[in-house]
Amino acid sequence: MTEHHQPLPDLPPPITSTGVIGWMRQHLFSSPLNIFLTLLSLYVLSIIVPNIINWAFIDANWTGTDRTVCDANPNGACWTFINVRLNQILFGLYYGQHADQIWRPITAFIILAGLVGLLLLPRLRFKAWLGAGVLLLYPFVAFALIHGEWLGLPVANSSQWGGLMLTFILASVGIVAALPLGILLALGRRSEMPLVRAFSVTYIEFWRGTPLITVLFMASVMLPLFFPSGVEFDKVMRAVIGITLFQSAYTAEAIRGGLQAIPRGQYEAADALGLGYWKKTIFIILPQALKISIPGIVNSFIELFKDTSLVSIIGLLDLLNMAQTASRSIEWKGYDVEAYIFAAMLFWIFCYGISRYSQHLEKTLHRGH
Amino acid sequence: MKQDSTTNAPATPWHRDPGVRALIFQAMLLLVVVWSLGTIFSNTVTNLENRGIHTGFDFLHEIAPFAVGFSPFIEFKLGESTYWDVFLIGIQNTIIVSFLGIVAATLLGFVIGIMRLSPNWLVSKIASVYIETFRNIPLLLQILFWNFAIFLTNLPGPRQSLSLGETVFLNSRGLYMPRPVTESEAGAWIVIIVGIAALIGCVVLYRWAKRRKDQTGQSFPVLSVSLAIMILVPTLAFFITGSPVGVELPELKRFNFEGGMQMPLALFSLWFALSTYTAAFIGETVRGGIMAVDHGQTEAASALGLHRGQVLRLVVVPQALRVIIPPAISQFLNLTKNSSLAVAVAYEELVSIWSGIALNQTGQALVIIAMTIVVYEILSLTTSAILNFYNYRIQLVER
Amino acid sequence: MNRLITIALAAGAVLIGSAATAGTLEDVKKRGHLICGINNAVPGFSAPDDKGKMQGIDVDVCYATAAAVLGDANKVEFTPLTAKERFTALSSGEVDLLSRNTTHTLHRDSALGLNFTYYNYIDGQGFMVKKDLGVKSALELDGAAVCIQQGTTTELNLADYFRSNNMKYQPIGYETAPQTRDGFDKGACDVLTSDKSQLAAQRTELKNPDGAIILPEIISKEPLGPVVRQGDDVWFNIVKWVLFAMINAEEAGITSSNADDMRKNSKNPVVRRILGVEGEMGRELQLSSDWAYNIIKQVGNYGESYQRNLEPLGIARKGSVNDLWTRGGILYAPPIR
Repeated sequence: MTEHHQPLPDLPPPITSTGVIGWMRQHLFSSPLNIFLTLLSLYVLSIIVPNIINWAFIDANWTGTDRTVCDANPNGACWTFINVRLNQILFGLYYGQHADQIWRPITAFIILAGLVGLLLLPRLRFKAWLGAGVLLLYPFVAFALIHGEWLGLPVANSSQWGGLMLTFILASVGIVAALPLGILLALGRRSEMPLVRAFSVTYIEFWRGTPLITVLFMASVMLPLFFPSGVEFDKVMRAVIGITLFQSAYTAEAIRGGLQAIPRGQYEAADALGLGYWKKTIFIILPQALKISIPGIVNSFIELFKDTSLVSIIGLLDLLNMAQTASRSIEWKGYDVEAYIFAAMLFWIFCYGISRYSQHLEKTLHRGH
Repeated sequence: MKQDSTTNAPATPWHRDPGVRALIFQAMLLLVVVWSLGTIFSNTVTNLENRGIHTGFDFLHEIAPFAVGFSPFIEFKLGESTYWDVFLIGIQNTIIVSFLGIVAATLLGFVIGIMRLSPNWLVSKIASVYIETFRNIPLLLQILFWNFAIFLTNLPGPRQSLSLGETVFLNSRGLYMPRPVTESEAGAWIVIIVGIAALIGCVVLYRWAKRRKDQTGQSFPVLSVSLAIMILVPTLAFFITGSPVGVELPELKRFNFEGGMQMPLALFSLWFALSTYTAAFIGETVRGGIMAVDHGQTEAASALGLHRGQVLRLVVVPQALRVIIPPAISQFLNLTKNSSLAVAVAYEELVSIWSGIALNQTGQALVIIAMTIVVYEILSLTTSAILNFYNYRIQLVER
Repeated sequence: MNRLITIALAAGAVLIGSAATAGTLEDVKKRGHLICGINNAVPGFSAPDDKGKMQGIDVDVCYATAAAVLGDANKVEFTPLTAKERFTALSSGEVDLLSRNTTHTLHRDSALGLNFTYYNYIDGQGFMVKKDLGVKSALELDGAAVCIQQGTTTELNLADYFRSNNMKYQPIGYETAPQTRDGFDKGACDVLTSDKSQLAAQRTELKNPDGAIILPEIISKEPLGPVVRQGDDVWFNIVKWVLFAMINAEEAGITSSNADDMRKNSKNPVVRRILGVEGEMGRELQLSSDWAYNIIKQVGNYGESYQRNLEPLGIARKGSVNDLWTRGGILYAPPIR
């Protein structure tokens, strides 16, 4: 019997390389330069952060119904103002005045949230049909609720819409209406017919080369000239038309990316099966291409969502303009920082949320061929 | 394919022939497009006629009945300048803010992108908070916020201006800086010519260094030597010719500073907002570009004995730039298009004075909007041309 | 190719031909309400009150027109318009009537295809400055930065005034009136220029109203009034006479409170004609005979409208240009007969 050599158990790593201390050493103090940067950052943060926290939370005014509370304590933010005007900022002038009707946009929103939630469930059957239903039917449900005429509710004219609600409406109608146009344009851009391709390229590049604000000016000033007199669109409708035309170019580019990513074999296999162009496109190519382009479309949705704020320049009371108008009212003048920050926060929550979701999608949809 | 079906299959009826179909389809598309454009055009013409608006370019020669405040290079004279001048001033001001914005956004963007990659956790987190904050809030909101809620509210009036050594002033009207003025015309020209000569010298030096390196492998510190030449030579010429360029300081008059170089507050806010916003996007681009360089490249370069600076300069940066430059150019174009948001803060660029004031005062919606769009289309097409050229160059280099 | 274009143009022509519109009057009657283009942010002229109902001397013209045409002053839908959109909105038929503190000028009358009816407020452009500048007259403003709303006649008057007085200025042009006021309040400029009535209103909205003064000069004529499209004379006459009726009613002493009484008891032929008891005035305008009665009963006469909307802003009427000609003003409505 020989004696086996028994190694001693491993020593734990030195305390300086594990746990909080180790992490800090590695990530904050690994070199003289790093130490310097860390200290500098800490210094800068220590100046900025406490001030912001004090202003926004500790010293802030939350209660009351008019500006006297805030005027008495000017060192803190005046959230009272946001609180008082909340309905207006979220739902616009009409619903700001008729608080008893606010259930309508809220219901519309809850239905939408429910449907989207359903769509996000993994492994739901008939998802495509449900999705198509949402795209095609939901806008009418929402319109019926928000406008009210079809359901015999008090009418809220589109000129009275505003706030976050209008921002949502513009962005979502824009993206949905731009989708079919975008698909056609993307297919056109990859078509073998020279005229079709030329038309699609011209269309896409034209809209992508123009700033949205010019498009909106065009929609608000020139659209009425394009149609015979007697054909009228209201302001919201005109903005929607402008946004849709503009957005369809970006959607087309996102979808083109998806189309390009499909391996040639798929086309060839479809050809070999003897499918015609439309059958091939609808049943083989588009389902795959759209799936790949979803993150791209979602990203362009984020851009669109932010860009809808431009309608405030043509006088629509979207979230930004509503907040701004409220902060310039006689009752609350001078509290514009609060208005901008509140609007910014709402925008941020949605855009950041959607962008995180899009990153997640990119990961899950990534399937190598 | 097509031949197969015509030779092997039993004669295809003409309406199933893909070639014929394509022709018919395209003819239909053409018809629809021409018809729609024709309808829109004739509607517009009729509508305008009904309203008694005479569309045309004649108004361009009329004298502009309003004043333009900011025009550093094209002189605006109330009562003499025409609408055409206003148009040019609009383009000029768009270019000014875009140029300033692109420079600042690129610098800031690089800093943010590199901070984002820093091994220091705190620094990298700060950069990522910056990026996520700025790019997820509408630019228009940011412009309005900086202009109305921050700068206008907090900056003092002209008489209590913040000043830097009594030469640079900042107040609620804008930023005022000293301006170079030529005192001796000839001397100034000499300095400019010497400067150009120095530039040519640097190019020659670069070529020579590159050739020598290709042949012998020895490298030459081109960048620092060129920089030295570019700074030292013109400075020397400046003093030898007896300082032909003087400085005009802004001076406080009855209402505000006059003289010197002036940047209206609207331009300042717009510039600030455009740069900080676009920097967030460029920062992401820079990060992506640097990460796209394979780690093996760095290791291989180190294995060849290059030191850290050389690895960065000769291996990482050239490859990263290839990834960074195309999206960065698109960002520059975006910034230029976004400068049209000036309309919200009263900076007088193309959309604001041309599609805004001029359109209002003349009623020539059709011509004015068309001219505005043409300018942006030209900018955008030029940008894509540059991009395509760059991509083409890169493809050639690739092995 | 040529044939294609011919076909396209022909098709376009058909489309246009089929969409020729009926008159505005029929449109409004068929629709059942009047669509009125307004500015919704000028207190005294058009702004929502606490309950969200539009109030102001401009919107009263809309109410009055609805009362005359449809018999009910509340059958109005308001479309808020920016200065930029207003004329296109009117000429495209998006609104039936534009009552948005719009100045009557030759250019707008002729080149823009508009018809100005009459004036419901005669204004003039003035200047407001911060007190601490020590400026007493507009002639001392050489070199000042001027806040101004883009795309208005104010912009042109300002340029003319400074040019003719050999002075320079730095224009700071904003899109909307509230933005302009905000800019002035926060120090983006030394001077705010606008119509005097608006200056008075905007001064009350400053953070410190006492820190600003309105200079004495009036540098322009700003006759403001409702506007209609060119080429529809029936409608043009109606809107014009709605305004004349309000002014005539004030002259004849008919108010919303005594209209019923006077309709029954008055022997004065002028009053009887206005109230539709005598003559066929309404029919001649293609309206009902009680058109003017409806206006006065539901909206009031011009004086009542002024009293209700502009007096609270401190814009006194007595003896000003906006008073009746009988009292030293220049409001002079042709007789209803």
